[in-house]
Amino acid sequence: MFGWEFPPHILGGLGTASYGLTKGMALQDDMDITFVIPKPHGDEDQSFLKIIGACNVPVVWKDNDWEYVNKRIGSQMHPDEYFWLRKGIKYDYTRIYTNELGCIDFSGRYPDNLIEEISNYEAVASVLAHQIDFDIIHSHDWLTYPAGVFAKQISGKPLVIHVHATDFDRSRGQVNPIVYGIEKRGMDAADHIMTVSDLTRKIVIEKYFQDPRKVTTVHNAVDPLEDIDLFKKTPRKEKIVTFLGRITMQKGPEYFVEAAYRVLQKTKDVRFVMAGNGDMMIAMIDLVAKRNIADRFHFTGFLKGRQVHEMLAESDVYIMPSVSEPFGISPLEAMQVGTPSIISKQSGCAEILTHAIKTDYWDIDAMADAIYAIVKNPAMYDSLSKLGLIEVNNIKWEDAGLKVRAIYNSVM
Amino acid sequence: MRNICFYFEIHQPLRLKRYRFFEIGQDHYYYDDFQNEERIRYLVDHAYLPSNRTIAELIRSSNGNFRCTFSISGIALEQFEQYAPEVIDSFRELAKTGSVEFLAEPYAHSLSSIFDAHEFEQQVKMHAAKIEDLFGKKPTAFRNAELIYSDEIGELVSKMGYKTILLDEARQVLGWKSQNYVYTHEYLPKLKLLIRNQKLSDDIAFRFSDQSWSDYPLSAEKFVSWLNAMPEEEKIINLWMGYEALGVFQRPESGIYDFMKALPYHAMEQQISFILPSEVGKKLETAGSISASHPISWSGLEKDLSCWTGNDLQQEALHKLYGVSERVRLCNDKPLQHDWLMLQSSDHFRYMSHKDAFGTNYESPYEAFMNYMNILADFLERVDAQYPTTIENEELNELLKTIDHQEKEIESLEDELKKLRTRKAKKEN
Repeated sequence: MFGWEFPPHILGGLGTASYGLTKGMALQDDMDITFVIPKPHGDEDQSFLKIIGACNVPVVWKDNDWEYVNKRIGSQMHPDEYFWLRKGIKYDYTRIYTNELGCIDFSGRYPDNLIEEISNYEAVASVLAHQIDFDIIHSHDWLTYPAGVFAKQISGKPLVIHVHATDFDRSRGQVNPIVYGIEKRGMDAADHIMTVSDLTRKIVIEKYFQDPRKVTTVHNAVDPLEDIDLFKKTPRKEKIVTFLGRITMQKGPEYFVEAAYRVLQKTKDVRFVMAGNGDMMIAMIDLVAKRNIADRFHFTGFLKGRQVHEMLAESDVYIMPSVSEPFGISPLEAMQVGTPSIISKQSGCAEILTHAIKTDYWDIDAMADAIYAIVKNPAMYDSLSKLGLIEVNNIKWEDAGLKVRAIYNSVM
Repeated sequence: MRNICFYFEIHQPLRLKRYRFFEIGQDHYYYDDFQNEERIRYLVDHAYLPSNRTIAELIRSSNGNFRCTFSISGIALEQFEQYAPEVIDSFRELAKTGSVEFLAEPYAHSLSSIFDAHEFEQQVKMHAAKIEDLFGKKPTAFRNAELIYSDEIGELVSKMGYKTILLDEARQVLGWKSQNYVYTHEYLPKLKLLIRNQKLSDDIAFRFSDQSWSDYPLSAEKFVSWLNAMPEEEKIINLWMGYEALGVFQRPESGIYDFMKALPYHAMEQQISFILPSEVGKKLETAGSISASHPISWSGLEKDLSCWTGNDLQQEALHKLYGVSERVRLCNDKPLQHDWLMLQSSDHFRYMSHKDAFGTNYESPYEAFMNYMNILADFLERVDAQYPTTIENEELNELLKTIDHQEKEIESLEDELKKLRTRKAKKEN
């Protein structure tokens, strides 16, 4: 598999989904997964798969002794493996800047020269495709499609690509032609395409002109929380309604503010929290001030790791008014800690959730109505909380893994 | 001689409009007129009127031997009066033939039999009065909304003077007994119980045009031959269904009307006649009693109340609603009392069911609940405005009585005053 992120060091939902999916798939006895990421940190959980850091794979032949290699990358990869992979160098990549080991320095993030990093990743893929023994190639998201395509050309093994998002989701329709080109080439070359929701599947078919027969939806799932009992709701008089995520156009934060304004016209016992940051944060602070609800509306800034679950557990309502969300895992996380969720119909997860309130992202009235109903009616809160928890506990990565396996079998 | 007892149910709730929380206290009109009118018109044109024409023809051509029964909720009647008065006329015509009977039921198609006996009684009376008013005959047989029944409800109904009650084939009550007999109430032997034959009813109502059904196509001849093959002692076959079965569930082009027209002919050929619930007591023997300690209904496989009262949302809504029934009965504000009835339709609670929200116009049970609770909140505010909740019911009753007494006293004093004045005037003359 080619991926870009893997926990614990993640920047978005892609890493979480990659982890959950591979862990679910690893439950199948005859499944061996090698997961390639640009830059591992060495503290990844490798109990159920093998991780290869692209930054440790030589793409240019350089003469080094065992001791030196061990000193440089020994903590992440065995030097013998380095020498073995070195035999896979079949092409001349001296045009690429490499270090003393003949390896490329990847940032592993989303830098400005992302396009260059993607093509370097492709070079690494060629070495691996020559040297590693595998039956199928699985590429996660557009950053890794070129690597997958190249590996397919070299090995002749089938390629499956996994669409976690498309550029249409990220840009509200203002598509970057370079990104679109990479995505389209990847999809065209793939033997099968997996999408995280029917919503995304539709985009892939309609906007990327793919044959519907070759596109299958595999909904994401959520990992069970092990220390679930540690998350408690502090009893308080006022109710808390939370928005959590990047404060960007895609997530629809302004609809949340407007809904909050509606609710506060009728009742004062509610506080609204916007957690996260993003390029629309300042605009949102302005909007809150303009609506004159700043005394009831709070910004927390970026939350990470445990803080996210703590915030969700303390909330009475979680709301995700995304304009376009390929899947959206956070409502499932909210439901795991018993917090009712309101999600937009334009979110992929709406397809698999029954015990969540669904509204159109632009329907501020419906959103406000739902918030009001949950904070005012204990029966509403209890039902959503109780039944939502049962529902979310039944959405398992293992089942998603089985679906992926069926797709593998169909292309092998 | 074997008998077929046909009964058709007609009920349409007054559907609620989209009502947001910020309208609470501002807007006191709760109904989606457009949707209601459209629905009623559709059903009237596609089912009720053509079906009534067919039934009239059946009665005429069989010399009144074809007989059938209708149960029309008060809410449905009101909507007919408003949107399709010709249906009322058409039912009146049927009533005149003498081959048609109308059943009594709670006016609002409500769950009051479970939650409020007093309310239940009032609604049954109200409905009977309406039926008598429209069709000229007081009902003597009763069927509850959703065919809900228990020993307790049977007793209540019997006290109101009804002789026959209709219930569904629920195995937890019937056990091994056949549904094709007349039974009596657990401890009131005079109260007759009729039981729906679910299989044969659904054959007509749901399976008639189903081409994947092994008995498709169903002809009247075949249907009657099934009845004929039943044991000799089974005297009554109760075919009960929603009236929409004719014309909407089974489209005219499926041949349902031809089936109905052929049925009396084949039935009479086999010595099978048609019977009305009110005639059962005189014509048929009873076969022992049955007991229902827990309420049964006609819904799902469980035949219990879980479709209306099964989850937290439904419980909350029902308790909030019936929490004020006593107070609403004290009011004499006409619009308020009308809304009170309309909000009681069992349908509103069915739409909140997670397992079977049959006929819902909401996207989810939660939405049904939110909308209903917003409306209920406004309604409760109005009740509160009439009689503040700070006063206890008993106290309120006393106060109302005092006011009432005072009024009467003033009246009598005024009368006396008048008399004295006239006497005085006479004297002076």
